[in-house]
Amino acid sequence: MKFPENLKYSEDHEWLKIDGNIATIGITEFAQGELGDVVFVELPEVDDEFDAGEAFGTIEAVKTVSDMMLPIAGKIVEVNNLLEDEPEMINSDSFGKGWIVKVEISDEKELENLMDSKAYKEFVGE
Amino acid sequence: MSYIPNTDSDREKMLKDIGVDKFEDLLKSIPQVLKSDIKLSLPKELSELEIEKEISQITTKNSSIEKVSSFLGGGVYNHFIPKVVDYIISRPEFATAYTPYQAEVSQGTLQAMYEFQTMISELTQMDVTNASMYDGATAMAESAMMAKNITRKNKIIVSETVNPNYIKVLETYCEPLNIELIKIKSKNFVTDIDEIKKILDKDVAGVIMQSPNFFGYIEEMEKVSEILQDTKALFIASVDAISLALLKPPGSYDADIVIGEGQMLGNHLNFGGPYLGLFSTRKKYIRKMPGRIVGATKDSNGKDGFVLTLQTREQHIRREKATSNICSNEGLNAMATTIYLSLMGNSGMKKIANLCLQKSHYLFENIQKIDGFSKVTDKPFFKEFVIKTPIPAKEIIEKANRENIFAGIPLDKFYASKTHELLIAVTEKNSKKEIDEFLDFLSRIHE
Repeated sequence: MKFPENLKYSEDHEWLKIDGNIATIGITEFAQGELGDVVFVELPEVDDEFDAGEAFGTIEAVKTVSDMMLPIAGKIVEVNNLLEDEPEMINSDSFGKGWIVKVEISDEKELENLMDSKAYKEFVGE
Repeated sequence: MSYIPNTDSDREKMLKDIGVDKFEDLLKSIPQVLKSDIKLSLPKELSELEIEKEISQITTKNSSIEKVSSFLGGGVYNHFIPKVVDYIISRPEFATAYTPYQAEVSQGTLQAMYEFQTMISELTQMDVTNASMYDGATAMAESAMMAKNITRKNKIIVSETVNPNYIKVLETYCEPLNIELIKIKSKNFVTDIDEIKKILDKDVAGVIMQSPNFFGYIEEMEKVSEILQDTKALFIASVDAISLALLKPPGSYDADIVIGEGQMLGNHLNFGGPYLGLFSTRKKYIRKMPGRIVGATKDSNGKDGFVLTLQTREQHIRREKATSNICSNEGLNAMATTIYLSLMGNSGMKKIANLCLQKSHYLFENIQKIDGFSKVTDKPFFKEFVIKTPIPAKEIIEKANRENIFAGIPLDKFYASKTHELLIAVTEKNSKKEIDEFLDFLSRIHE
């Protein structure tokens, strides 16, 4: 299982790629494995603002539906529209084409609450 | 299912099995002070024949909509229902109130609901329709919850020209959900649209309009839609289903949610219910739509089949996140509507709508020729309108009742100051003779 080292991780099993004040967010390979085949992703709209810990969308798998929580407060600047037609990208390429949203970070201090690759690997017990 | 009551020996055996002597022993734990020793003084039992005689004597005192000329409306309308509708829904395969619990076993019921969804979507020109809600009023309340859920905002604007009974139900739902309900005043019996512009801010989840409105007049829905264009607020349109055969469908003016009362499509007046709520929306909101949806699919042998779809959120794993946990629908009423619409077809619906339009306008034109009666506005209407009366509208109602005419709804029933205004509805069921008799009655009102 992959745990890319250039990413940050949340306890809700999301990964964040930080580029300046923009964070690209997706769910981890571990998370997609737990969910099973993803059949639908409900995305927020660009310009929607969320607090840290607030649900910004849902992932519907064959047997379950799960909320996605934004690990940091911010404003949505881009959503991955590819997922509307190919939600299975979350399963097949969770760290790549399966990215979900890009967020403008409101408070960079919140990044300190996130885990690095090593800590997340321990968190999921690998 | 046969109904066989327990015999004395059944009862005796059951009591013996659980170890008590007589039925009263089961009530021992109820304190003596709570038990009543009053002897009920009921009349002697009657035979079936005697009961039938007595009850039928009482029921002859009832009137019926078929025995009078009715001009009542206000959200529920006396439209014609072909006999075939009642015949088909009475078949035991269909005569069940709910979506069956083992839904997919009842492919016929599911197919009828699927057709219902399709026909309502055609009428409203919206992408998707659910398998129905309880009635128009609860459909409106559900639409407010859905708008809140989609926009994550908590203000709902509602026009005061919306049916006042619907507004009451809306208030009941909104209060515990912390939805702030803002009412827009009416001006000359239509919505003051400029007022919406003034009140609209970024916290508004949705705007609810009704057209034709409670007073029968057609609202400028396109204008409201335009105002909402660049906002996140959803446009919720409450419509008269029959009027859609003539008026612009809500899909054409970009409504986000369309709700309505389905009673008028093949359902009897039923003394106030059961009715059925119509609920349509855009495809992109389908996962936030309350209620049941029937989808078409193929089974493992490649044959066409119907299934309940997208129900996980409401019933199983996401109860707390669903827009609404409503899981039932008005299956039998929706069935009646499906049969009604398939009997009427496109041309039939247009014919009915046209008859309503022509007959109501005939009455409207001629009523104004009677001394003391006048119109309240020049706004266009479909099948219902308000007329100013020379004496209190309530008095007209009473006098009309004596001549077997239901003259309409006196508006002070809902708006205290409107004592001299009468809301009159005309459908295809009102014959020209009936309308002329009503006019004759009104012309004698001063006598």
